[in-house]
Amino acid sequence: MTVAYHRKPVLWDVDYDAPPNKLIAIVGPNGAGKSTLIKACLGLVPRASGQVEFWGAPYRKARSRLGYVPQRESVDWDFPVSALDVVCMGRYRRIGWFWPVTRSHKQAALACLDRVGMRDYASRQISQLSGGQQQRVFLARALAQEADLYFMDEPFAGVDAATERAIVGVLRQLRSSGKTVVVVHHDLQTVPEYFDEVILLNMRVVASGPVRDVFTRENLHKTYGGRLTLLSEASEAVARAASGEGPSR
Amino acid sequence: MIAPAAIAEVHDHLPTISEIIETMTFRAGYNTTLVIAGTLLLGVAAGVIGVFALLRKRSLMTDALSHATLPGIAIAFIAASTLGYNGRSLPVLLVGATVSGVLGVVCIQAILRHTRLREDAAIGIVLSVFFGAGVVGLSYIQRNHSAGAAGVNGFIYGQAATMRPSDVALMGGIALIAILSSLLLLKEFSLVCFNDAFARVDGWPVTVIDLLMMGLVVLVTVAGLQAVGLILVVALLIIPPVAARFWTNRLWLLVLLAGAIGGLSGYFGSVVSALLPRQPAGAVIVLSCGVVFSISMVAAPARGVVATSIRRLRLRLRIAGDHLLEAAHEERAPVISRETIVALSRVRGWPAPFRSLMVFLLRRGGLIAKAANEGLRLTEAGVERGARVSRNHALWEQYLVSYADIAPSHVDWSVDQVEHVLSDELIRDLERRLAERAVALPQEPAS
Repeated sequence: MTVAYHRKPVLWDVDYDAPPNKLIAIVGPNGAGKSTLIKACLGLVPRASGQVEFWGAPYRKARSRLGYVPQRESVDWDFPVSALDVVCMGRYRRIGWFWPVTRSHKQAALACLDRVGMRDYASRQISQLSGGQQQRVFLARALAQEADLYFMDEPFAGVDAATERAIVGVLRQLRSSGKTVVVVHHDLQTVPEYFDEVILLNMRVVASGPVRDVFTRENLHKTYGGRLTLLSEASEAVARAASGEGPSR
Repeated sequence: MIAPAAIAEVHDHLPTISEIIETMTFRAGYNTTLVIAGTLLLGVAAGVIGVFALLRKRSLMTDALSHATLPGIAIAFIAASTLGYNGRSLPVLLVGATVSGVLGVVCIQAILRHTRLREDAAIGIVLSVFFGAGVVGLSYIQRNHSAGAAGVNGFIYGQAATMRPSDVALMGGIALIAILSSLLLLKEFSLVCFNDAFARVDGWPVTVIDLLMMGLVVLVTVAGLQAVGLILVVALLIIPPVAARFWTNRLWLLVLLAGAIGGLSGYFGSVVSALLPRQPAGAVIVLSCGVVFSISMVAAPARGVVATSIRRLRLRLRIAGDHLLEAAHEERAPVISRETIVALSRVRGWPAPFRSLMVFLLRRGGLIAKAANEGLRLTEAGVERGARVSRNHALWEQYLVSYADIAPSHVDWSVDQVEHVLSDELIRDLERRLAERAVALPQEPAS
């Protein structure tokens, strides 16, 4: 698959086959095309060439089994809705055209808010939530979609410790219930702890596969170039991955 | 009782009280009542659909749209007259208006896609060029079809009072359709307005929904041309939703309020226009909107200017009060003399009224009480509060020095700002972090 903006390619020859029931991280430097990759998978940006298949079917057929957490900055948080209203949006495709949100769908949405520890904030207007809380609302909305494959764009960006714990908890729950999650991630240190698989991306796929095999010093060096500060930060994480300390289940 | 014909009759006398009451209560004759009901419906429709234009950040686009209708009106008039039909027929003119309005929006999109121009520039270009083309068309009509020119000119400023019953019915019908469709599609519209990328992944035909939304905007704009005029019709789409936004954080309430404000403005404008036919209804409608907006901006609770200023003042007063209690705690003096307060005011820059208000609030909050000799005495709660603020100050200061590597000489200013906003959770976190680094914690206040 290749993606280009204004004829300037931003992703080249991406070829990856995601294994089912895994937590998969997309990692790479700024401008590597991490977000673009999942947007191209979801048909949000046009592809210059190549194809994406979900369970052997094209995107259109698989859409009802996909869930999406966009970047938090991509929406206007001063929008006049409450946290519960946002989560209910995840139920809309089940409700269908024209019908209003019924009580049972509201209950389902509340349960999703509960899973991210936000039930008490259900009636808050979304601009009155902290950044981490907003991120959790977005996660709850994706849960309300009841998908089998989730794409999350930087869910850990700029969140507080409580939110990070909540998100990791939800990711593990999803995995244990047989779901697959693809996460754009920026924190190299936590990759071995949180994820099973990793895609190292810098405009093309540098390496991909199980964290233990792929998350090595050479591959990171190839992905990030010679940015030493980053590498020294990551070396600790690499050492942990090499010593076989996999993701705790 | 005003005869039905009176609606089109231009007179200059001031209306009597009974005329005003009759007009306002829908008893001023069939035609007048029809016009009032029609503009009321139009106002509701514009308010409701305007909410989505606002939330989709397309408010300005509607301005370009309404201006771009003028050449279409002119061309439709010329074409119909040349072909031997009645050029002043409203449906014909509105079809022309719709076509050129939509063309204007398409031009904006094309400019945005193929150039590096920003939206404001693209809107400005399309708006002025289309309007210019319309004015050229109108002057052509004036020279060659002087009989019809008056009717067409009315579209610029609007002439509710001269509308025919069939025109009003058309306007009201379109408005009703727009209201019902918006209510039916409330869920879909709000989803696309809030997060279109999510809607797309969720399987919704975002482009179709967007077109429906824009289509309703076009319908309402075109429907309002004759009553409000193309220069001002955009105000009816923008102002009611913006005014309503000050009062609520709930979408359905926003839609309801915007509809109510728009409807009231439409009603009021056409009433005035019926009583004083020389007053253009459009201007009165927009001015009514403007009045509601001004009131909302100033007086709305939570989001209004007054409420926001009061909240800011409250916070400043609380922080100032904390400083006073903290000062008393650090001097180990439970009684604050007048001189101390004045001295502290000079350092902190508190004006006298601010100081009095602060002392009043502290007394009301039970943190201080009047002492015998003109001074103030800290109550038990006040002593504790002072100790707590002082401890937060010390805690944060030590955190900055030992954890964030900030030179001790630089910490005090920021500490001064932050000590009042530390949450309990953050305080516990600070205590834990400092304990890990084996930093001696400041003592807990004895309570």
